[in-house]
Amino acid sequence: MNNTIISHTIQFIALVLLQVAVLNHINFLGDINPYLYVIFICLFPINNNRIAFIFLSFLLGLSIDLFSDSGGVHAAASVTIAFIRPVILKFCFGSIYEHQTIKFKQVDFGAKVIYFIIIIFIHHLILFSLEIFNLSNILLVLKKTLFSGIFTLLLCVITTVIFSRKK
Amino acid sequence: MQQIINFFLRNKTFLLYLFLLFLSLVFTIQSHSYHKSRFINSANFLTGGIYNSANNIQSFFNLKSQNELLQEENNYLKSLLYNSSGKPQEGFIDSTRFSSNYKFTPARIIKNSYASTNNVLLLNKGKNDSISQDFGVITSKGILGIVDETSNKYATVISVLNTNIKISAQLKNTNHFGSLEWDTKNPNRVQLHEISKIAPLKKGDTIVTSGRSIIFPKGIPIGTIETFNLDSAENFYTIEVNLFNDMTNIEHVYIIENTDRKEINNLLNNE
Repeated sequence: MNNTIISHTIQFIALVLLQVAVLNHINFLGDINPYLYVIFICLFPINNNRIAFIFLSFLLGLSIDLFSDSGGVHAAASVTIAFIRPVILKFCFGSIYEHQTIKFKQVDFGAKVIYFIIIIFIHHLILFSLEIFNLSNILLVLKKTLFSGIFTLLLCVITTVIFSRKK
Repeated sequence: MQQIINFFLRNKTFLLYLFLLFLSLVFTIQSHSYHKSRFINSANFLTGGIYNSANNIQSFFNLKSQNELLQEENNYLKSLLYNSSGKPQEGFIDSTRFSSNYKFTPARIIKNSYASTNNVLLLNKGKNDSISQDFGVITSKGILGIVDETSNKYATVISVLNTNIKISAQLKNTNHFGSLEWDTKNPNRVQLHEISKIAPLKKGDTIVTSGRSIIFPKGIPIGTIETFNLDSAENFYTIEVNLFNDMTNIEHVYIIENTDRKEINNLLNNE
């Protein structure tokens, strides 16, 4: 129990530092950045303590906001995907989730990618709509969501592949 | 009463979600209005410290280009100094220097940002160097932004590449003035609105600050005219301005303090 808490704390801090020190400054093709910290919310172990999970997601988003001077946009997007995660889990994994026996290391790769896609695109859509905050720029919101989403998805998949091989 | 408590217990996840969402929306809306991002900004010891140490490493890699920029500026200042008609005399104290209105402080950018729609930069000078809100920030080439929040050692700057900022600017040759905004499309191009129809415009003309606010002195270069169009009502020009600064590569900046700020503000508030 203690071991998982420590490892999650390290993950949390490492993801925040990686995001703000490296990934926020990639600016691929001008303004495309990946938001890898979403993977923390995706792969957080499923248990019954949803309150702690939602609060942790909020804290994660808020720390990114603190560094990137963006108000509360990351916090709002993170807390929303944390709240609706059970629905997406049920949609993607079906019966395994129902029996509460799901382990992210064991699930089918295809189902996992679809799960990532849904979470990442919902997160990015909320993020960019709040950041741009202007209905007349809706095309810009969709464009940024699509390109950043693909970039984030790529990084998320690569990260999971790398870290699952080690063990 | 029992029912109410039961309701809260049953829906505690949802209520927590609503509360946290509300909180983050409040922060978001605050960040969209000028000078209100009081709680969530990167000018505190934690984020400032981390950015500072990250920047100490990063700045190593563009030392060469930054040195060239500084040498270019030195070259320009030297040419001004030695070509001026009245030679600088030793032992002569220019008494007009004492009443200069603007105080300059050098600073370094430790977090640059140009890809978002509301870009905020971070400087390594703060309250300890008597920097406070609404000071102007420029580079050797031109205008950069306005100081927003300050902590003891760090200050955030609202860049010209921010949709919440408007800066008063004018043509260099005539006194027609307008307000400078950014349409979020290109980090090297800003828009100058409300230049009157009768102003003589030419492609390549220089745009400078107008000195009509107490933030910037008059005549700080901003950029050159790329294109200009009449707006829909055909009364004002909207001008596309190419910035002199390369906003993606800036490090050494100067903070401008208007020493008469208090007096001017008092006068304006008394009215």
